[in-house]
Amino acid sequence: MFTCTLKNETYQFHSIADVLAKASEEKSGDKMAGIAARSSLERMAAKVVLSEITLKEIYENPVIAYETDEVTRIIYDDLNLFIYKDIANWSVGELRNYILSHGTSTSDLFRISRGLTSEMISAAAKLMSSIDLVMASQKIRPTAHCNTTIGEPGRLAFRCQPNHPIDNPEGILASMKEGLSYGSGDAVIGVNPNNDSVESVSRILHMTHDFIQKWDIPTQNCVLAHVTTQIQALKKGAPIALMFQSLAGTQAANDDFGVSKEIIDEAFQLMATQGTSTGPNQLYFETGQGSEVSLDAHLGIDMQTLEARTYGYARHWKPFMVNNVSGFIGPETIYDGKQVIRADLEDLFMGKMHGLPMGIAPTYTNHMQADQNDQEIAGMLTALAGANFYMGVPGGDDVMLSYQDTSYHDDASLREMLGLRPLREFEIWLVNMGIMENGKLTERAGDLSIFK
Amino acid sequence: MDIQTIVNQVMEELQKEGQIRNSPIVKESAETKESKVRNINYEKINQVGVEQPANREEIEKVQSITPARIGIGHTGTRMKTKNYLEFRIDHAAAQDAVFKDVSDDLLKELKLPVLFSKSETMDQYLMDLDSGRQLNETSRKWAAENLPKNKQVQIIVSDGLSSTGVEANIKDLLPALVQGLTSKNITIGDPVFIKRSRVWIQDDLASIVNCDCVISLIGERPGLATAKSISAYLIYQPNEDTVEADRTVISNIHEGGVPPVEAGAHLADLIEVILKHKASGVKLAQLK
Repeated sequence: MFTCTLKNETYQFHSIADVLAKASEEKSGDKMAGIAARSSLERMAAKVVLSEITLKEIYENPVIAYETDEVTRIIYDDLNLFIYKDIANWSVGELRNYILSHGTSTSDLFRISRGLTSEMISAAAKLMSSIDLVMASQKIRPTAHCNTTIGEPGRLAFRCQPNHPIDNPEGILASMKEGLSYGSGDAVIGVNPNNDSVESVSRILHMTHDFIQKWDIPTQNCVLAHVTTQIQALKKGAPIALMFQSLAGTQAANDDFGVSKEIIDEAFQLMATQGTSTGPNQLYFETGQGSEVSLDAHLGIDMQTLEARTYGYARHWKPFMVNNVSGFIGPETIYDGKQVIRADLEDLFMGKMHGLPMGIAPTYTNHMQADQNDQEIAGMLTALAGANFYMGVPGGDDVMLSYQDTSYHDDASLREMLGLRPLREFEIWLVNMGIMENGKLTERAGDLSIFK
Repeated sequence: MDIQTIVNQVMEELQKEGQIRNSPIVKESAETKESKVRNINYEKINQVGVEQPANREEIEKVQSITPARIGIGHTGTRMKTKNYLEFRIDHAAAQDAVFKDVSDDLLKELKLPVLFSKSETMDQYLMDLDSGRQLNETSRKWAAENLPKNKQVQIIVSDGLSSTGVEANIKDLLPALVQGLTSKNITIGDPVFIKRSRVWIQDDLASIVNCDCVISLIGERPGLATAKSISAYLIYQPNEDTVEADRTVISNIHEGGVPPVEAGAHLADLIEVILKHKASGVKLAQLK
């Protein structure tokens, strides 16, 4: 139990989970769960309490018990206790100051990352403003390697996302060519299938693999079916360079997703022995604030903390990409543009602080109060903060999943406005194809018919 | 530059000149200004926007096989004005589709009894998921008293997030599905419509009518390419231990995706498989 007296009013919080929830910036999902602060001053009281709580107190009180939750077990079992003990007496306020200090280098941050539980990282983010989150995120540049190297300074990658409403192979191929002609596709060529059957998924895997081979493109292919479907496809000989799965921050939500440590372990092992890519990073995860609350599997924990726990879970398998899709669900979890922008900045920082190669999908659906302008602001801010990658969707309109995401045009714009280059190997390919010169798209760019 | 492009440019120039000649810039009275209406009729036309493409026919061909916004070209790194406005118009239409109701006439025509979730307003429905996942007390009672029990299949039509989707597809889909099931000698309860309802409400109704398989035909959240899409969610004997991965989903049912009549036949086959394996979702996929 914690109390805090602020402006002649005393506020009570019954647990660390309660403090974390009430210290969160306003989000509709936490309100729906009935755990959000009831007033602006109560939120500030929670932030004050949180700033005084020590890392040791957080460590000793995981928000979901170790015994009952696989996510908690992975977070705790993977922790470096030597590093944790060094900083156990810090308060969360001190942790925030340390992260932002000029005296703290990138390698210092990577080091303490190994000693921080996800709840500690979530706590620090709750004491940070937009610029705080950008400054901290810029310092942390986790890299990973599959066939290409992602995350190097000065480079920005994209997933070419050429979805088609009924998986028409020619339709997928056309959107893929369009994306590549804008320089999108160095992170992965990743198709969301409409049909999750092993046969259909295998067909798309073969098609994308063959295209990559034919044009000698330094990238990786992926079909974002359920992991168990991809495992079956792989066992039947389908060529997979990167294996995908959505993850969440509680065991209950992961049960709903049909995933567990055992299943992801199998995916990891199979990719190492049968995947087509070099590795060592061969998995691609998607996450986002709100999945647990929309599945009624949040156990009274706030969305942002559960998102941090998802990263604590994800880092166990050293993924090549972790894509955050916080605006994907709808107004019941993230109400408007302001809440999306906040969530994107929090998630980028929290993911990086976990050492993950993070990308951001500043998405919005058509039933929430957000539009293209909000999305572009979130895209620019997170690019400034050093996101590793974004999605690339034709005209920003995903015709299969029915939501909006960054377009091939936005991708090219983000690179150009910040002077960022495609991934090293891929840039050479773009230059050879006549699509890019000196880091800028050429006259030839944006023409899908150059691939004959 | 090909001939067509040159002709287009010349025509554009001529039009511009015509406008200039006709425009009465000087000495126009206030009266004539008001009576002059400049009518702009917006129509969405698929065009190749790429300047001097390597193969224009190829782009035209692929534009016809995907609704994706491809072959649109660019100005600098940005979309051209036409494509930018098109995108914003489609978004505006999609936003509007969420907030409309399914028409009473359609429900009468299909003879679907109308049940209600616990959501009393659209706002409550959007922000409080649980309210859309359970029947309200009146509807529970009505269902318990009036719907046939112990059939193999119960069909639910849900407005979900697109009334437009329900209106565009159910008239074709529902008869095709019923006919498909009947021809396989699978027994069906009375199909119902549930207003402001989400997928999980199928668990609630299944527990009342005690069916083996429940299928929800539900309006998908509208996209920009179409606001008319629905999905089918199927589950075998849902209970308290049911998880999301237990549901089988067929999405993108609409004229430009899986056409509704075809979907009806396919869903009937799928239900037959679910009943045979006594499983749905990931469990079914692993058994097959």
